Amino acid sequence: MTRQMTGAKMIVQALKDQGVDTVFGYPGGAVLPIYDEIFLQNDIHHILVRHEQGAVHAAEGYARSTGKPGVVLVTSGPGATNAVTGLTDALLDSIPLVVLTGQVPTFMIGTDGFQEADTIGITRPCTKHNWLVKDTDDLSQVIHQAFHVATSGRPGPVLVDIPKDVQFANGTYSEKKDAKTSHYQPRLKGDIDAITALVDAMEKAERPVFYTGGGVINSGPAASQLLRELVDATDFPITSTLMGLGAYPASGKNWLGMLGMHGLYEANLAMHGCDLMINIGARFDDRITGRLDAFSPGSAKAHIDIDPSSINKVIQVDIPIIGDVAHVLEDILRIWKSRGRKVNKSGLKNWQNQITQWKAVNCLDYAPSTKAIKPQYALQRLEELTKGHDRYITTEVGQHQMWAAQYLTFEAPNRLMTSGGLGTMGYGFPASIGVQMAHPDALVINVAGEASWQMNMQEMGTATQYRLPVKQFILNNERLGMVRQWQQLLHGERYSQSWSESLPDFVKLAEAFGAKGILCSDPADLDDAIMEMINHDGPVIFDCVVEKHENLYPMILSGKPHNEMLLGDAADGDGIQSDGAVLV
Amino acid sequence: MSELKIKKGATSHSAYELRNPNANVIEKHTLAVVVDNEAGVLARVIGLFSGRGYNIESLTVAEIDHTGHRSRITVVTTGTPAVIEQIKAQLGRIVPVHEVHDLTTEGPSVERELALFKVSGTGDKRVEALRLADIFRANVVDSTLHSFVFEITGVPEKIDAFAELMRPLGLSEVARTGVAALSRGKD
Repeated sequence: MTRQMTGAKMIVQALKDQGVDTVFGYPGGAVLPIYDEIFLQNDIHHILVRHEQGAVHAAEGYARSTGKPGVVLVTSGPGATNAVTGLTDALLDSIPLVVLTGQVPTFMIGTDGFQEADTIGITRPCTKHNWLVKDTDDLSQVIHQAFHVATSGRPGPVLVDIPKDVQFANGTYSEKKDAKTSHYQPRLKGDIDAITALVDAMEKAERPVFYTGGGVINSGPAASQLLRELVDATDFPITSTLMGLGAYPASGKNWLGMLGMHGLYEANLAMHGCDLMINIGARFDDRITGRLDAFSPGSAKAHIDIDPSSINKVIQVDIPIIGDVAHVLEDILRIWKSRGRKVNKSGLKNWQNQITQWKAVNCLDYAPSTKAIKPQYALQRLEELTKGHDRYITTEVGQHQMWAAQYLTFEAPNRLMTSGGLGTMGYGFPASIGVQMAHPDALVINVAGEASWQMNMQEMGTATQYRLPVKQFILNNERLGMVRQWQQLLHGERYSQSWSESLPDFVKLAEAFGAKGILCSDPADLDDAIMEMINHDGPVIFDCVVEKHENLYPMILSGKPHNEMLLGDAADGDGIQSDGAVLV
Repeated sequence: MSELKIKKGATSHSAYELRNPNANVIEKHTLAVVVDNEAGVLARVIGLFSGRGYNIESLTVAEIDHTGHRSRITVVTTGTPAVIEQIKAQLGRIVPVHEVHDLTTEGPSVERELALFKVSGTGDKRVEALRLADIFRANVVDSTLHSFVFEITGVPEKIDAFAELMRPLGLSEVARTGVAALSRGKD
């Protein structure tokens, strides 16, 4: 049976057939026919954001917290260009998104028409793939392909650019099952010889460590389950990147905490001193490796990744395994069990003793205060008072983001939404809106800094319009804290442009939007204030006034290896090598 | 080309990667990339090279299968072994790319380039140009009383050599197609 319909109707039909329940978007001239179709139906919920960047980050939050692709609908020209930051963010963090953009009619393309931009050209380097649809007969086919590409292999954002005349014209609808997707089928199963080589190395290793990343979460819940089984069975220590937090529970006995530039002492020293590093779905990012020629010098390295271009991109590995994390972990477990569940018990015991000594350093210790709220204390209290809840955390970018990663615990995957690769200030607030849409009854908290939060604060209107009870937990130090810290350490304490001047009164700002504002500046009031935030049924801006010049530790300075970490305030004022300055 | 240490076919008969990926030596590789012949596909490939800072020494593209909508891009690039491997992996993950072949490492291959040379002059120089063209098996495809246009095919080095000889004889314009390459043998 062939079905004839307009392009606009086709788009809505294709979204329904793909199981889409929520679209984040903003209307405009070149997408009016699609908005007409959205008006005429009730299956797809459209969330009207206040800026297109907010739509894309909200879709990222939705996608990352559900494992489903996020969907965005924006108009041509400025609608599309405003989406570019979100697309780039999703590309670097491998978040599946399908972004639909309107375009001027096909016969006007190239004439510099009103709200015309070369959307395909602009977004080509910041999408996994993109399509310009010039014929209504191709439209539904392309949308089905777009969902396939966004969610297959290493996930990522895709964009479909749809001229207005294509939306108006009639064409034949292609069913989802008839979409041509055969040629893009990334390999899921890893090479058995390589997996056997890894098992062999695991049996012999004296000082092994699992180094896991966002790929475990992207692989789906089964991957996290298999990872937990493998860690428990082998008793190997495990650390994770920012993007991978929650895949292994923070309460697990083998957990080392996050690694990297602001990772935990024990995690970084385990990476530096290991003899077998097993990278599962991470990509040797520069925030992780530090100085490359001194990165984990004595280890054999295995790397499991679904993207062949991740292998040997930064670090040459000894055992490359291309495949999906869940599939590969399943094979590792099967082969390891069939060979008799062997590990190097004596080596492992010494290694665990060593790690226990490192943990005793207590690298997250900080000087408490009864006068000012220390940001670390604020997060410790937030953790204590919210950990029993069905909780999702989003963050902005900066010191608060790293403190959130250090002091909050993640027991399950898909619970932390943060901009890891691109480091997009302004990500967290709209992301929290997307998360709350997907999980209406959950406690969704955006841990923010006052500077990041202002970058997309227009989305307060979205939060109140849809009665989304998102909690904006702003650690307000009236500084661009991370920039200020770098200026202190690197640029002779010249604090160029890193003050937050003319801040709004956040309580009044909340009230202006019809939301609740809470101000807290005394550590003694903090618990009550946090409880008030949790118990309020609606969006809250929590202005948590914290110590202004607190620095973030541990810290591996740029150009330094993992075993040269700065711990605590003892390091303040210590200069950085000039060759490391460029690596900021 | 001789100053570039090219180990042709180094991995073609071995189960192991024999080249040291950490070597700093710059190698020249010829890659054949089979793609869907769709709008923008060349921009994706070129954008990859410029966006990630890879070199393009030569690039040719044309449709090779009209009914199957396939084009073949032949790109000559330079880089360390690790960079070459990365280029191949990055090309491979572009959605409309079907195949990536490294003709430099996958066994013996043939490379050809076509060039047109306009040489203007009179008298002895004109005679000498014609004589050298004959040695290089270049064809005259256009002639006036004051000029020739020569057509020459061969490996890029042969075309370079011909250009050097023509320069003092009145070479005024050059058009080169870039390299087209295929593996030798039946597969």
